[in-house]
Amino acid sequence: MSPGGGGPMKDCGYRQISTRSSSPMESPHKKVPRRKWETFPGRNRFYCNGRIMMGRQTGVFYLTLVLIVVTSGLFFAFDCPFLATNITPAVPVIGGVLFFFVMGTLLRTSFSDPGVLPRATPDEAADLERQIGNTEGLSVHIYKLCCPPPRRRHMLRINENTAKVTFYCFSSEILKEPRGVICSKKSNFAERFDHHCPWVGNCVGKRNYRFFYMFILSLSFLTIFIFAFVITHVILRSHRSGFLNALKDSPASVLEVVVCFFSVWSIVGLSGFHTYLISSNQTTNEDIKGSWSSKRGKENYNPYSYGNIFTNCCAALCGPLPPSLIDRRGFIQPDTPQPVPPSNGITMYGATQSQSHMCDQDQCIQSTKFVLQAAATPLLQSEPIIVADEPPLPGKTSLASPCAALPLGQPTPPTSMPNLSYEADLLPARQEQEGHHFLTPEEVPSPPGMLPAGLPLAHSHTMHLFDPASQDSLHEDSVRGLVKLSSV
Amino acid sequence: MAETHSLQDMRQQAAIAAKVFIQRDYTNGTLCQFQTKFPTELENRIDKQQFEETVRTLNNLYAEAEKLGGQSYLEGCLACLTAYTIFLCIETHYEKVLKKIAKYIQEQNDKIYAPRGLLLTDPIERGLRVVEITIYEDRSTGAGR
Repeated sequence: MSPGGGGPMKDCGYRQISTRSSSPMESPHKKVPRRKWETFPGRNRFYCNGRIMMGRQTGVFYLTLVLIVVTSGLFFAFDCPFLATNITPAVPVIGGVLFFFVMGTLLRTSFSDPGVLPRATPDEAADLERQIGNTEGLSVHIYKLCCPPPRRRHMLRINENTAKVTFYCFSSEILKEPRGVICSKKSNFAERFDHHCPWVGNCVGKRNYRFFYMFILSLSFLTIFIFAFVITHVILRSHRSGFLNALKDSPASVLEVVVCFFSVWSIVGLSGFHTYLISSNQTTNEDIKGSWSSKRGKENYNPYSYGNIFTNCCAALCGPLPPSLIDRRGFIQPDTPQPVPPSNGITMYGATQSQSHMCDQDQCIQSTKFVLQAAATPLLQSEPIIVADEPPLPGKTSLASPCAALPLGQPTPPTSMPNLSYEADLLPARQEQEGHHFLTPEEVPSPPGMLPAGLPLAHSHTMHLFDPASQDSLHEDSVRGLVKLSSV
Repeated sequence: MAETHSLQDMRQQAAIAAKVFIQRDYTNGTLCQFQTKFPTELENRIDKQQFEETVRTLNNLYAEAEKLGGQSYLEGCLACLTAYTIFLCIETHYEKVLKKIAKYIQEQNDKIYAPRGLLLTDPIERGLRVVEITIYEDRSTGAGR
């Protein structure tokens, strides 16, 4: 029987019944049951008792709010009276609607869960590790993706019957989807991760991408709208009383024009960029890395695209909205194991979860294309294959510096993975020279030409773990898998 | 006597013997689908057919939730026009299907799994990563504690 913590849990009648009376990994269970958001791993902030979820650095978000509110406020206060009487009252009305839309979508983007995937329970992780350790019937390739030693951020590609492209990430101990990514700012794994937007104070991922897009689109319209009408206002006034007098009469107009002028380029550019991304169904990450770019090779196309622009747009903007998977406001059930790393020594990274700062700079880049490319190389090689996707770019290093300073923890060789560990360790450390393979631009990405150069995407290594007997079928299977995936 | 347990009995007294995790199946992309491979631990507990039927129905339900069709487009457009404030009032199609799934799982548990000492956990409680099946000890054979 579970004591007191029932609360507003979902209506599912089954809870794990544990015969162990006290779980040491539980948060201290006092009289008041704690909600799940209070012990949520990762660098997030929660407000309103778990209803609102944001990133840690919210300073820029407040700046955004202030800019928008102040500029719009000045517009309504100083320019609208003149415009309403001299042109049409529709001007403030439309402005009002746009402003309402902008604020609504901004708040929605900032406060919603981008699609964070909760971490696995210890039982799950143990089960998966057992499965992986048991090589019978499983084909496993290790792709070591951007893991600076000794973090051992292995991604196991798990192929059971050819075409599965799944990754088991040892750090968060879950079987990951091909398009998910860990956000360095919040050390959460988010599905269809796009980027971390500091202006919005949150990651942009599967669940809030449409809000983000509507936000920048409506903000573009609002900016252009305000800009145009303020100019009109000043021009009309200066017809009547001269330019300088006009400026004296409405000083706020100058401020508005300046703010709008400088914002309009980046915002409109960003809208255009994201329109392009949506119509080709890519994420910002994928675009930055050029995952699906035709420059990379002939077998390069985006398996996620639906083929035509219209469908891509509809899918991104009007598709079904998946629910939040992390149940922030649920109560912690005392007998339900919380997703903490198992203490039995299986984990490679030991205390990653407790030392959440270690997750910050860790970016496991996963893209199906990457896998395809790696898998396309002959599978039967015995030496590691290094595929350098891009030369290290002179990107913004502001993200790199905090990363460099953080201690990376003990090298914990994965001793519980007999087949895998030694292989992983064999991969020479020289491959992780770059150290920081950050995915997310520090700031909101501008149009492609101006993108802060990204990501020295790492190397992939295809290793074989099996007896040669199975390698032929392996090869065949993988090729079939490739073909199958290519036909998506 | 067959080894039937009622759900109440299980909750109150049973000990967990093992847990089986049905992982996601990514062969068709990132849609939420689960593998239909029959786990060996369940061999002496339940029919393979029945298990596959359950998982297949779950897969169909998730496919329905994520389907791109007229209804989801309509919902999306309407929501967009109202600056997404409409979601404060009505629940999304996905959430409706999730409720259907929860009901289905409960029904399956009541009718099929609990009498065999098994318990399905709704995947949403595991972040849609796995379908967790808890195997309870079979007291009629006197195994375990």
